[in-house]
Amino acid sequence: MDAFLLQILNGLDKGGAYALIALGLTLVFGTLGVVNFAHGALFMLGAFVAVSVQNLLTISKKVKDESITFFDAYKETPYLEIWWGDTGTALIDYAVPISIVIAIPVMLLIGLAVERGLVRHFYKREHADQILVTFGLAIVLQEIIKANYGANPIPVGAPDIVAGSANIGALFGIEGLVYPWWRMIYLLFSLAIIAGVFAFLHLTTFGMVVRAGMHDRETVGLLGINIERRFTIIFGLATIVVGLAGVMYTPILPPDYHMGMDFLVLSFVVVVVGGMGSLPGAVAAGFLLGILQSFFSMNEVKSILPGIDQIIIYLIAVIILLVRPRGLMGKD
Amino acid sequence: MQTIITSSRTRDTIILALFALVVLTAPLWGTLIGAGYPDLLQKFAIFGLFAIGYNIMFGLTGYLSFGHAAFLGVGSYTAVWSFKLLSMNAIPAVLFAILLSGLFAAVIGFLSLRRTGIYFSILTLAFAQMSYNLAYSVLTPITNGETGLRVLRDDPRIIDTALGIQVEGSPLSDFFGLTLTGYPGFYFCAVMLILGFWLSLKIFRSPYGMKLLAIKSNQIRMEYTGFNTRPYLLSAFVISGMYAGLAGSLMAITDPLAGAERMQWTASGEVVLMTILGGVGTLFGPILGAATIKYFENIFSAFNEQVLQQAFDFLPPTLTDLMVALTRPFVGEGWHLTLGVLFMIIIIFIPGGLIEGIERIRRLFSRRRQPPGENSPGSRSHSPREPAA
Repeated sequence: MDAFLLQILNGLDKGGAYALIALGLTLVFGTLGVVNFAHGALFMLGAFVAVSVQNLLTISKKVKDESITFFDAYKETPYLEIWWGDTGTALIDYAVPISIVIAIPVMLLIGLAVERGLVRHFYKREHADQILVTFGLAIVLQEIIKANYGANPIPVGAPDIVAGSANIGALFGIEGLVYPWWRMIYLLFSLAIIAGVFAFLHLTTFGMVVRAGMHDRETVGLLGINIERRFTIIFGLATIVVGLAGVMYTPILPPDYHMGMDFLVLSFVVVVVGGMGSLPGAVAAGFLLGILQSFFSMNEVKSILPGIDQIIIYLIAVIILLVRPRGLMGKD
Repeated sequence: MQTIITSSRTRDTIILALFALVVLTAPLWGTLIGAGYPDLLQKFAIFGLFAIGYNIMFGLTGYLSFGHAAFLGVGSYTAVWSFKLLSMNAIPAVLFAILLSGLFAAVIGFLSLRRTGIYFSILTLAFAQMSYNLAYSVLTPITNGETGLRVLRDDPRIIDTALGIQVEGSPLSDFFGLTLTGYPGFYFCAVMLILGFWLSLKIFRSPYGMKLLAIKSNQIRMEYTGFNTRPYLLSAFVISGMYAGLAGSLMAITDPLAGAERMQWTASGEVVLMTILGGVGTLFGPILGAATIKYFENIFSAFNEQVLQQAFDFLPPTLTDLMVALTRPFVGEGWHLTLGVLFMIIIIFIPGGLIEGIERIRRLFSRRRQPPGENSPGSRSHSPREPAA
């Protein structure tokens, strides 16, 4: 039972990441009608914003190490520590939260640039062309990252205060059920972002217009509303969401240039399972698939169905597509 | 789009003969462009076959499959198992690989073709990823997992043992006594490429090919005319899967080894790139695309700082440094960046690929020669098709 509960918890944070990526993908598909294969690369860019911030904060200079007296020893000390002492150290420790603040404008700019510069020209072209050109963009983005940061994963640490694990078993009176703090934060963070996006779409006038545009773009245009510009902003919003998902995921998985491609396939599966263009569907499917994936990687399950953990997500996608092509919550 | 019906039989024979001539003399002209060694030429032929087959599905019917690498992998594994169990002869390996990958394609195609558009792409992608993940994990007894499947000296090889053929040293594939490494290997692939091209030519010119094209342009209208499109789509999918299996077996023949990474979805992406780059739906485009990508992969990834310095040596020193700094990220390890940029340019400006590009340049010149005033083509008419915003 404990193991079962733990697997569900493990699945929840993974599901949070899937849900966030799929949410952006669905937003873009629902508004602009564009199948964005560069979405995974944008997730990867978000993660590398965190890496860059960490690199920036830890720009160091060689300082003589006073504790060693036998010979002249030097150690690398970040400028921040030299200037501000403990405050500087704390700043470096909080690299990931700082990255979130920085990632919002950066990702917004990247998103607007991609939409205005490239995606805009592909509204009227076939889905196949959209897939291909964004696939090309994904290759370009990941190669640029590879050229600048190398091919190896770069670890980015969570702040020390949440580095350990929470003994949440104590809450329910179960022994030995621990769960890393950061994963719990990730789960809460993703829920907050999802709630924010839904609130934005359902409680603001802007969101109302966007939803109307998703439903019937032409009529909204005829009413004299510049729906194109709002959709551009939605593309930027989707980029921010996926970028933040990437930033927050760095302590869980050290980012490398290839992580986007791995998540892309999974998130497309999530979108399809949830139903193309359905936002609640994307979120629900994200969490569902995350939990199922962890559940099927339990040893008890694997001993009955060997290899099931490797294919479960794809298997579900195939079944859903064949039995219920609109997805779990898709509309016609 | 080329006219399909009007082309006569003799013209096709000439096309085929010219194609065969170009392929068989590849070692000669290959030397001129620095590609005159069998390793690279084999790659041209193998990926050319893969792309020709892919083009029969994507080019003719317009169904974008992201899972063809699975068939490539199945072909490779089958060929290596044929080497291990039956004989080092290449013929059974090729036959079994085509058969088994065709069978795989039939199953996957039967299920995936129930959906169209993006759903079809995702379904093929899902099946390919399943095959890849399984090949890596549970199917290790068959695929040998991460290490990859190899031919060993003490494998049974029933037919070879029965015929009393002994393997000396490391086992290499052969064609009735002729060892298929180096140029013999290339010529084996070349013959397969010519056969594959011939079949694709036949399909392009046949009523069957016409029906596939009709599905691409309007599937619903095709159905209203009374055609059941499913058998056409499925057979096209199986044929293109068989091509992929053949290409996979040729990979195993030229280098008796099969690994799961051949099945990864990025490998499927590569064949899409090749087909698009060359010209989707054209006869020569896919081969041209495959050869271009493999050629530049080889040439560009060998470039380094010194080569660049030499290349820009004729410029003043500051300019040389500038040019080297500018081009450095695009060559060597970063040649994928060049590929990505090139690919995007092709999709944005010339969706017809290199073939359309060549055609445009040809038209430009042939119109220039016309006497002025007859029809004055402004440069505007040649400008890339501006996508409607």
